[in-house]
Amino acid sequence: MADVRILTGNEAAALGVKLCRPNVVAAYPITPQSQLAEILSRYVEGGEMRAEYVRVEGEHSALTVCISASTVGARTFTATSSNGLLYMHEQLHWAAGSRLPVVMCVVNRGVGAPWSIFNDQQDSLAQRDTGWIQLYCRDNQEIIDTIIQAYWIAESLYIPVMVCYDGFVLSHTMMPVDIPDAEEVRGFLPPYKAHTLLTPEAPRTINSVLFPWRRPNPEGVLCDGYMEMRYKLQAAMTRAHGVIQKANDDFAGVFGRDHGGLVWKYRCEDAELVFSGMGSIANEATVAADLLREEGIPAGVAGVRTYRPFPREEAAEALRSAKALVVLQKGLSYGYEGCLTSDLKAALYGTPLRIPVVDVVAGLGGRDVKAREIADAGRDAWKDLQAGKQGNRSLWLNCYTGEDHAG
Amino acid sequence: MQDNLFKINETEYILPGSRACQGCGLTLAYRHMLKALRENTVLTIPASCLCVLHGLYPITPVTVPCLNTTFASTAASASGIAAGLRALNKTDITVVAMAGDGSTYDMGIQALSGAAERTTDFIYVCYDNEGYMNTGTQRSSATPMGAITTTTPILTKEHSKKDFVRIMEAHDLPYLATTSPAYPIDLYEKFVKAKRIKGTRYMHIYSPCPPGWMFPAKDTVRMGQLAVETGIVVLFEIEDGKFRFTGRSKTMAERGKKQPIINYVGKQGRFRKMSIEQLNRLQAWVDSRWNDYLRKAEG
Repeated sequence: MADVRILTGNEAAALGVKLCRPNVVAAYPITPQSQLAEILSRYVEGGEMRAEYVRVEGEHSALTVCISASTVGARTFTATSSNGLLYMHEQLHWAAGSRLPVVMCVVNRGVGAPWSIFNDQQDSLAQRDTGWIQLYCRDNQEIIDTIIQAYWIAESLYIPVMVCYDGFVLSHTMMPVDIPDAEEVRGFLPPYKAHTLLTPEAPRTINSVLFPWRRPNPEGVLCDGYMEMRYKLQAAMTRAHGVIQKANDDFAGVFGRDHGGLVWKYRCEDAELVFSGMGSIANEATVAADLLREEGIPAGVAGVRTYRPFPREEAAEALRSAKALVVLQKGLSYGYEGCLTSDLKAALYGTPLRIPVVDVVAGLGGRDVKAREIADAGRDAWKDLQAGKQGNRSLWLNCYTGEDHAG
Repeated sequence: MQDNLFKINETEYILPGSRACQGCGLTLAYRHMLKALRENTVLTIPASCLCVLHGLYPITPVTVPCLNTTFASTAASASGIAAGLRALNKTDITVVAMAGDGSTYDMGIQALSGAAERTTDFIYVCYDNEGYMNTGTQRSSATPMGAITTTTPILTKEHSKKDFVRIMEAHDLPYLATTSPAYPIDLYEKFVKAKRIKGTRYMHIYSPCPPGWMFPAKDTVRMGQLAVETGIVVLFEIEDGKFRFTGRSKTMAERGKKQPIINYVGKQGRFRKMSIEQLNRLQAWVDSRWNDYLRKAEG
């Protein structure tokens, strides 16, 4: 009998974490993540979850606790948002460089200054190059399922994983969620084994200083230098494509839900106008695609679920029939364009596909994005295409950009 | 316990080939500290002189397991180790975080205060060499007034040293002690005691630094002794709130005598630009703090 409950995104995340049985949780509250930190406290204090909960004095320490606990063999969890994630930045690199399978929920929120507690994805997009795997969820069901997959992925590759979901839009919105069976999760997710243990039984100095070259150990065996270690992280990230897909497929085999692995597709098979995006905005784009289909415009959505490693081939494959691409994104690289736009353009380079790309920055700081507005952007792109206009365009959706505002 | 070098654990935990400087006070202190802590100890350290002492991958002279962490996170790293070990039912391991004054007084104070407030079961060791020595003797908030550093090269440091031990006292720890490598038995006994106590223990090692303080490497022990004999450094412990002088400071308190600070300051190149006014201010501060401790010892 399925256990379906009506849950917020944070509640779904907390249940997902509990099912994964972490040994150590460390978190510092920040809107809109707070509820998740609170529910996990309740689980631990109430004896529902056997874990050490370290109520740290800041996010830098939250991730440090996970890093060091992971090094002594503990499965760990943390969660944050926005400036909390930025405060962790140094430790994000440290976790990935240490090859520790920490799993973290990022409840996406705009970054100050000025302050906004509302949703966009600038926080996690700005952490793109820290060596973490980033998975973006569309709805609350995907949150709980993705957390379980995240541990499997992280512990298969020894790469930390961020499970990103939109603040308020998902974190505080209730939806029906099918709760995976605890025993089945236990079967899916084997216990964590550390690759290098900090233990008196095998003393070693971990993460000591390296010189630029490789160096022999006392037995004369040539050991990795900094660059070899970095190469191994990149190689593992390349391997991650297959591992993430396998986690998705195996999970679908056990629990019956397939979230698409790296890229999910909606009415893409014959789509000539394709939207792309990550998280809830891409979900909203499916409604826009339906609206445009009713008008006779062959629209579809290629949603990016795995942002790092970037699914270059899967994305190009999903866009095979596209004649125009509209990229919706809640974060950008200032001075260039939306982060996802750049990545998708790069994925198309070297393929036969030469299509106009519309870079749409939308929903910053919680600005509402309606399916109707997405459809409008799509319709404009379609009209341009019909008029033979082939150039790329940039657009700030639902934002006043009058001349007196420039600068 | 009797002062007797022969009762010290004979095992060496730092093998020859450390990358520390000649005459390093930290190395001397570290050697005796590890002897007191013995096996079944894990360490975590930030980027520091201590990190350099541990050598270059894949070789280390230190036989105790050690996890490197970032500059601000030493105590948080110990929190993670302690939480992980407890979660996995490995409760017989002593967790030690060790950092310099730069990482303790400055960037790491938040994580340390947090870990202490949570009564994390670990020993925090600050080796205080009064500056950012690893990066080339820049000023820290532990640098004394009047000292030349590479970031106070002309005018000397104008601000007084932060009294960090008092900040840690305010955390009501089960055990807190000050030590010096110049008094290895005192240091050893305090670490033996710290190992037996549960909760957050704070250990302060006043660690002379020949290149940073500009004195000959052969004089490290003498400089450590002079620091104590002038009252610049006071050897004591606070166990469950009870203050007690130890070692040389105890003798000094009983005899009511200490040397003027010029005997210490005058032997270090870093104080060569110190003004008379600064010297008098430092002497007044040392006297006033010494009297505070005398009152504390009376209870």
